[in-house]
Amino acid sequence: MNEPIKSGEKLNLAGLPGRRGNIVIERPKNSRQAILRLWNYLKRQKWLLILALFLLLVNIASTLAGSYLLRPVVNHYILPHNLPGLIRMVFVLIGIYIIGAAAGILVNRLMVVVGQNTVRTIRAELFGKIQALPLRFFDANSHGELMSRFTNDMDNVSDCLNTSVLQLFTSGITLAGIFVLMLLISPVLTLVTLIIVPLMLWVVSAIIKRSKDFFTTQQIALGKVNGYVEEMITGQKVVKVFCYEDSSRKAFDEINDDLREKATSAQLYSGVMQPLVQNLNTINFALTATVGGFLAILRGFDLGGLAAFLLYSRQFGRPVNELSSEYNSLQAALAGAERIFQILDEIPEPADIKEAQILGRIEGNVQLKNVTFSYDQGKVILKNITLEAKPGQKIALVGSTGAGKTTIMNLLPRFYDIDSGQITIDGTDIKNIQRNSLRRSMAIVLQDTHLFTATVMENIRYGRLEATDEEVITAATLAGADSFIRRLPKGYQTKLENDGGNLSQGQRQLLNITRATVARPSILILDEATSSIDTRTEQIIQQGMDQLMKGRTSFVIAHRLSTVRNADEILVLEQGEIIERGNHEELLKQKGRYYQLYNGQFD
Amino acid sequence: MIQITFIMKKQCDINRPNCRTFNKHLPLSMKKYIGFFLKYRKAVILAPALVIIDVACEIVQPDLMSKIVDNGVMHKDLHYILQTGGLMLFLSIVAIAANVGNIYYSSHASVGFASELRKGLFDKIQAFSFSNLDKFSSASLTTRITNDVNILQQVIMMSLRLLIRAPLMMLFAVVIAININSGLAVIIAVAIPVLAIAIYIILSRGLPYFEKMQKRLDQVNRVIQENLVNVRVVKSFVREDFEMKKFGYTNDDLREMAVKASGLVVLIMPVMQLVMNISIVAIIWFGGNKIISGAFQVGQLMSFITYITQILMSLMMLSMTIMTFSRAEASSERILEVLNTEVDIVDSTLAKEKKLVVTMGKVEFKNVYFKYHAQGEEYVLKNISLVVNPGETIAILGATGSAKSTLVQLIPRLYDVSAGQILVDDTDVRDYTLFNLRSSVKLVLQQNQLFSGTIKQNLKWGNIEATDDEIIAAAKDAQAHDFILSFPKQYETILGQSGVNVSGGQKQRLCIARAILKKPAILIMDDSTSAVDIATEAKIRASFKKHLKGTTIFIIAQRVSSILAADKIILLDNGEIIGEGTHDELLKTNTVYQEIYASQQLQTEAL
Ligand SMILES: Nc1ncnc2c1ncn2[C@@H]1O[C@H](COP(=O)(O)OP(=O)(O)OP(=O)(O)O)[C@@H](O)[C@H]1O
Ligand SMILES: Nc1ncnc2c1ncn2[C@@H]1O[C@H](COP(=O)(O)OP(=O)(O)OP(=O)(O)O)[C@@H](O)[C@H]1O
Ligand SMILES: [Mg+2]
Ligand SMILES: [Mg+2]
Repeated sequence: MNEPIKSGEKLNLAGLPGRRGNIVIERPKNSRQAILRLWNYLKRQKWLLILALFLLLVNIASTLAGSYLLRPVVNHYILPHNLPGLIRMVFVLIGIYIIGAAAGILVNRLMVVVGQNTVRTIRAELFGKIQALPLRFFDANSHGELMSRFTNDMDNVSDCLNTSVLQLFTSGITLAGIFVLMLLISPVLTLVTLIIVPLMLWVVSAIIKRSKDFFTTQQIALGKVNGYVEEMITGQKVVKVFCYEDSSRKAFDEINDDLREKATSAQLYSGVMQPLVQNLNTINFALTATVGGFLAILRGFDLGGLAAFLLYSRQFGRPVNELSSEYNSLQAALAGAERIFQILDEIPEPADIKEAQILGRIEGNVQLKNVTFSYDQGKVILKNITLEAKPGQKIALVGSTGAGKTTIMNLLPRFYDIDSGQITIDGTDIKNIQRNSLRRSMAIVLQDTHLFTATVMENIRYGRLEATDEEVITAATLAGADSFIRRLPKGYQTKLENDGGNLSQGQRQLLNITRATVARPSILILDEATSSIDTRTEQIIQQGMDQLMKGRTSFVIAHRLSTVRNADEILVLEQGEIIERGNHEELLKQKGRYYQLYNGQFD
Repeated sequence: MIQITFIMKKQCDINRPNCRTFNKHLPLSMKKYIGFFLKYRKAVILAPALVIIDVACEIVQPDLMSKIVDNGVMHKDLHYILQTGGLMLFLSIVAIAANVGNIYYSSHASVGFASELRKGLFDKIQAFSFSNLDKFSSASLTTRITNDVNILQQVIMMSLRLLIRAPLMMLFAVVIAININSGLAVIIAVAIPVLAIAIYIILSRGLPYFEKMQKRLDQVNRVIQENLVNVRVVKSFVREDFEMKKFGYTNDDLREMAVKASGLVVLIMPVMQLVMNISIVAIIWFGGNKIISGAFQVGQLMSFITYITQILMSLMMLSMTIMTFSRAEASSERILEVLNTEVDIVDSTLAKEKKLVVTMGKVEFKNVYFKYHAQGEEYVLKNISLVVNPGETIAILGATGSAKSTLVQLIPRLYDVSAGQILVDDTDVRDYTLFNLRSSVKLVLQQNQLFSGTIKQNLKWGNIEATDDEIIAAAKDAQAHDFILSFPKQYETILGQSGVNVSGGQKQRLCIARAILKKPAILIMDDSTSAVDIATEAKIRASFKKHLKGTTIFIIAQRVSSILAADKIILLDNGEIIGEGTHDELLKTNTVYQEIYASQQLQTEAL
């Protein structure tokens, strides 16, 4: 007898706080497709699933058999006072139940394993996808939003796979089984049940339909709160500086209140379904008892049959009830899965063409020919850029802010693809070079500094994973970072957290430069790499870099002209066009823009 | 219920850390949370009250059913059957009403609680000082406000129903069962402890796993977040495979723990089934014997079976609730950690009384010492003394890590000095309210930040009431107006997260414009023009000269050209002032300054 009481409450068998049912549900737009795709993941563990199904059938059969045997026990042994028969039946029952419990334990564990394996696979695929997506994607999507797919949406899927799939199967099969058994005992009484069941289904579907809208709005509201909180807290120091606390509180209150309203409706509608179904089942029970009583008196319906039937009809509500609540959780999971699949379906960086080459040791000749580029259609950022860096040369880019210097450097490693023109390395179009091999040949120090949660040593070694400790330290010395690292509490083993939050800005830049140095690239790109570093330290770095970059090509972007004066060629960029080029002396002679910058004479 | 307290007590004897926190924090945390319920106290009381009605209606049903069989069917009393059936129907309908009411109130209470808690957390974080903030990562704070609060909301929703319902059901069922047949009730006395012990064993093993699982989930999230932020670094070093491997490890760890944790708890159900079924067999055996001997009736046997299953189910639900509670305990602790954090920089009572405002902009450092951590060994700033008169421009120069940023952050009291005193307009900064102080002391942070939204919205941070004209004037002064106009949507251009779609120098100029929107008495620019070209920077300086006359300006910069015109230059080295004076004075007397100058001479000789 599988809990023949009303068990209205939805139990979350994995013991995970029921994040699924109510909070984060988005109605799937195309459930069928999402189910199929989830199924495709599950299918990879075909044999485990088949085993699970078998065990599940054993478990359910034992439960049903147990209650089915109640009738003969009452009719044939208890009422006729047949003690030996009763003893025999008791042992049969115990045997059946033990087998059932064993199967139950196994199938539950099995499904957790299957579920978690699947979740791991999806999570890994999602992460892999994130690695493969182009930068444009990250420009357009906020971190908080993407992270929520990894957490909230994945949680929904995980919870569902842990228990709901199993529960859905159990409920479905149990329901069918009970139904058959009820038919066997009394078709008339089954008819009574049949009146109630459609009513229940109607209630369920009506609520599910309505709650869908509430969930959707709740999701939108929750998304807003999440986004706002994420951004405000990331910028909390700015909030403090501007005394913006009250304004941000007010804004938060507004969206928080909105969420409260939406969430209450969603909670109410989804929450009310189970008790309703459960109570309808009680009504069913009452009706069946009454009609059954009549039948027993008027039509001589046997007492054992009535007893068993009443137990069934109590049992009947449970799977219906569970199906309804699992349906809710399934919807949540499908919504989550859909959002995950959305990312998986994003177009990755275009694949390398078939004949793409692998760069070996390169000379370092970099050419841009008539390159035109825009981030968004309609606003051209770079116009007709042509430049050449000969092997071993140091090329500098200067020019006013927003002129497009960083943008040019974004094009070399193919962070973005150009609209027209050509970029070549050693004469090969970079489109014909494997992307990874292209990027490996260069090291870039970005204008924004970024570090990982790891030790200083590990952070530097990110540039070249095989680098020995000595090589790391040599690089740090070359880049002028060694002395400050040694003063850190644990030297190179100091763990950095929060993007290097307790370093000064210049120290962060030094680590970024060291990381690029240790990579020993053929082409080095420094984008404002020393803007926050004092000029004396910069001189040390420059000596180190010159030593390091002997025979290698480098690009340097800087506003401090002292940083670039010894470049082989200086390009002056204005509004996406190169307006002057030459070395320091030549440019001074030209008496153009560079001369103005140099002399501090500005219009 | 008694059983459960027993379970919890026993569990804690085992001395599992997890368990200890459960006992230690629960009463405390409850107290802390009560405030967030206050607004919804009616719902909090009504919801469980309605459950009692529901339970009362529910619990008598099997008894009534057995009466239909024993009194109605056995005595062939149609009227009795109809009457009892009608009563059952009526009670069901009452139960529906009670249930809907319960859901109504518990939804309001739980969602309302969550909403208040979110607000409480957000408010608390708004009050955090810089050093408070240094202790938490922003990702983790965000998770706490949304994710962890959601978990608590679920628990409240569940408790307002189950925590009352399950024990009540159990209690009633036990009483009725004993009433039906006290002899058979002995089976209950055996079954309950057996199940309770089984559940206890499972839970006590599962809980630590859950705690570990939560931590591993955090790790997975951290790796993901870092990869999103550092996507350009990963791509440029072609570390995709490396990151995937790194993620693979954390992902595997998480899977392992999830399987362990969930794999244990899902055992409760089949075990409970087994205990229940065996009890039923026992009832059939003993009850059957009694019926055979004529002391018991079939209907009674059936309702007895129903009640014992009810008892065991209730017990299981109760343990499930406790399970969820314990899982939520991890979240609760994370929330309390924020709520209990002591904000170390607050308005003093004196400040609140006096309500002083900064008007002149005089700044004085008196023997200031500072370190970031109270227990840290070395001072970051040592014996700083300095006077800056209203309207002066002060430049701070110094090597990387010489504590320039640290020094200026003390003026708007973003950190408190460790020793010494900082005076603004001859009053200790601690005697101003934070609001009054910071409204007049505007700092452009070195690691500046823009927010998603339009350019105009971002600029308005400096002054919420600013008119369009004022905004344009500030943008013009910061040399931002022209490039803003070059965007198709101009001031309505929407910026991406932390301003990804503007260049480095554009970002910096927007930040400057934001800071000067409401003309501050003191303006501090911490390396705020490092990505701005010299020409543009000169223009900014020129317009400052015109439009920010009375303002005391601090400039931190690495370019000598940026600071030439300053009234005074402070040379900082390793947290100490090693030189002070005008450009000409320092050039004559200070060797360090001479070196710095020489290293940039290219630019300066021509000036
Ligand atoms: N991801 C992006 N999406 C859209 N527009 C962008 C993006 N990045 C930059 N831009 C725009 O492209 C133009 C050139 O920007 P870029 O970053 O190349 O300038 P820059 O020369 O490096 O300037 P700075 O010296 O200030 O760093 C700017 O107008 C900027 O607003
Ligand atoms: N939040 C913090 N917690 C602990 N230590 C910090 C923190 N911020 C900075 N430090 C340390 O204090 C010292 C001074 O840092 P500060 O940021 O003031 O230097 P800075 O002069 O501004 O350097 P830069 O020119 O590179 O910006 C550095 O050694 C740094 O590592
Ligand atoms: Mg740039
Ligand atoms: Mg600094």
